[in-house]
Amino acid sequence: MNTLILKTASKFLLPLLLMFSVFLLLRGHYLPGGGFVGGLVASIAFVLHAFAYDMQSSRRLLRVHPGFLIPAGLALAALSGIFPMVYSDLPFMTGVWYPESVPVIGSIGTALFFDIGVYLVVVGSVLTIIMTLSESA
Amino acid sequence: MSPQLIFWPVLFQLLLAVALLFLWRKVQVQRAVSIAGSTVAVVLSAALFTLTLRDGIGTVQAGNWPAPFGIALVSDTLSSLLVLLTSLAGLAVSVFSSASVTGARLKFGYFPVFHILLMGLNGAFLTGDLFNLYVWFEVIIICSFVLITLGTERKQLEGAVKYFTLNMLASIIFLTAIAVIYGLTGSLNLADISIQIAAIENRFLVEIAAVLFFVGFGIKSAVFPLYFWLPASYHTPPDAVSAIFGGLLTKVGVYAYLRIFTLIFAGDAFIRELLVTAAILTIVSGALGALIQNNLRKVFSYLIVCHIGFMIVGIGLGTETAYAGTVSYLIHDIVVKTNLFLVAGLIFRVKGSVSLRDIGGLYKRYPWLSLLIAVPLFSLVGIPPLSGFWPKISLFGAATETRSFWVLGALIFGSVLTLIIVAKVWAAAVWKEPSGKNPPVKMVLFDQISKERRILYVLPIVLLSLVSLYIGFGAEHIQEIAGRVAADLINPDAYIEAVLYPAGKSSP
Amino acid sequence: MHLLLAIFTGILYAAGIYMILRRSLVKLIIGLVLLGNGVNLLIFLMGSLVKGGPPIIPEASKVIEGPFDDPIPQALILTAIVISFGLQSFAIILLKRTYQVVKTDDLDEINTTDEFA
Repeated sequence: MNTLILKTASKFLLPLLLMFSVFLLLRGHYLPGGGFVGGLVASIAFVLHAFAYDMQSSRRLLRVHPGFLIPAGLALAALSGIFPMVYSDLPFMTGVWYPESVPVIGSIGTALFFDIGVYLVVVGSVLTIIMTLSESA
Repeated sequence: MSPQLIFWPVLFQLLLAVALLFLWRKVQVQRAVSIAGSTVAVVLSAALFTLTLRDGIGTVQAGNWPAPFGIALVSDTLSSLLVLLTSLAGLAVSVFSSASVTGARLKFGYFPVFHILLMGLNGAFLTGDLFNLYVWFEVIIICSFVLITLGTERKQLEGAVKYFTLNMLASIIFLTAIAVIYGLTGSLNLADISIQIAAIENRFLVEIAAVLFFVGFGIKSAVFPLYFWLPASYHTPPDAVSAIFGGLLTKVGVYAYLRIFTLIFAGDAFIRELLVTAAILTIVSGALGALIQNNLRKVFSYLIVCHIGFMIVGIGLGTETAYAGTVSYLIHDIVVKTNLFLVAGLIFRVKGSVSLRDIGGLYKRYPWLSLLIAVPLFSLVGIPPLSGFWPKISLFGAATETRSFWVLGALIFGSVLTLIIVAKVWAAAVWKEPSGKNPPVKMVLFDQISKERRILYVLPIVLLSLVSLYIGFGAEHIQEIAGRVAADLINPDAYIEAVLYPAGKSSP
Repeated sequence: MHLLLAIFTGILYAAGIYMILRRSLVKLIIGLVLLGNGVNLLIFLMGSLVKGGPPIIPEASKVIEGPFDDPIPQALILTAIVISFGLQSFAIILLKRTYQVVKTDDLDEINTTDEFA
């Protein structure tokens, strides 16, 4: 597809959507949002870019292979679950929180890292699916 | 025992899969990591099993949310035993896969998916939460879909269509059953449901839920008349995949039957009758199906169906002896069925065919190998003192005790036909003169591959044969464990107490 | 609202079962999708549905006042939706590949694995 409007718009929409996805990710613990939705929004940003230009340029934009994001996210999520087991002999997935709240990000705890892991897995798998489909079609 | 240990059989497989995903495309390294990791998994699950045997039922609450609100993981004798057997079968199949699964499949993530499948199996055995059981079932079937279609040959896709449809339908029915149970009791924790369900006055609704569970798990464990997908699909993927499917996937269904029908619907006469009837028909139809097949893998697929009947019959009879029989049969069957499909893979590699007409002359070429193959084959029949003998004795005893002569008849029929089939396979593969038919040209046969790969082919079969020899000769020990499990299943109070009122919390 | 939901659940189940009994592979998958949605609605119905009573504790107090909706079915449905999303996308790819290889979507012709050989 070759439209000037979409190309121009996607240039501005890509950073905005990525910002929005991080915003959704960070507020997700107590408010609507979270890693899954954030990840979907982030992958939509790249898909929109791919619509406006082509798959190769979005691939370059992403830098890393989306297939790499899946194990990275899985590892982060798993380790954030295992952390309380090693740190204080609590069961898997118990929330461990840093006592003080950090500005902008809010409270930092294992749940946040788990959500970041989910975010990475979602971005990785959605982009892998869409890239594979668009290349095989 | 530190309760955290219960998580490790599940978590370790996850971490292993993640490590293998990072090694995407590095096929050689993946093989080594998978074998090494599976060995560690065996050690971990053996530790869990021995500690559970020593200290009794262990529970742990994921996220530290107290039961019945959080997801409980429970390691009782049955669960930890099955986790141990899963790891053993997993190790054997991992070694076998490293030799037999070809490069193209490995490049598309065979090993990571395989380890996630093992994670799903361990999770399903350890969980104490109904919805979590559903999630683990989904993990298992998604991985099995990938493994069955990987390679996308025509027959694989055709088998996968049937496998996919029926398994997805089973999940939907299972989920419907969960919805009904949740509506009735307002709980998802198995121990909690077990208490709540007794107080429900509308027994009709409870029976409907029980039938939904029966159908849902029935499809998964291949019970008559819901088994047709199994012989249509299990012979299509590579033998290593068939081995893990045949050895473990249907057994998850049997495990779910054991859990649900002893914990939630215990003592429901209608369900008992349903289970016994279905089991008798499963034995008969599976045995007859195996008798007429000529494809070695299909013969074994039908034998899976037949022997699922043996296990379900014990659950249906519902006495302590019967449960002990089912459990010891389960132990024996997981090991032997996994081994049989590996043997089918070995025979395929040696002869280039799995048709009973074309294989033959194995004894002439490889006398030691034929002796090795004899162990799983004759364990399956249960020639004393091999492993299939003792569980059958328990089941026969239970059938006579409850004076259910139809069951006794079906058990004898199934055993005799299994003997005939195994004799047929043995004669065709080992003693018969080789047919003049040449194997396919492009196939690399057993005597053409390197010595290391040949060892990797034979080693897992040796391992599993040793385990099944131990089950046969160490029957005293196995019977004792099965007896303990049966006592726990008959009287689930200890299980309920361990989940809902762990040490430190007062019991009611 | 309960009655309406019950009727919709029934319709989804009926339509799903009708579709999986058809011979076409595409219709089979549509049937499974419909059944999956029917189950989700059933779970939703099975929690104690309360209109306009979200299970959120007001900031001022420590407990919820009045009847409130059961939050668990929604968590269950969310999980079930994500799982069925994965399964359905797999099903569609499987359908595509099968059609490419076998060159038919008639289930009566996808039967070579059942043949006696």
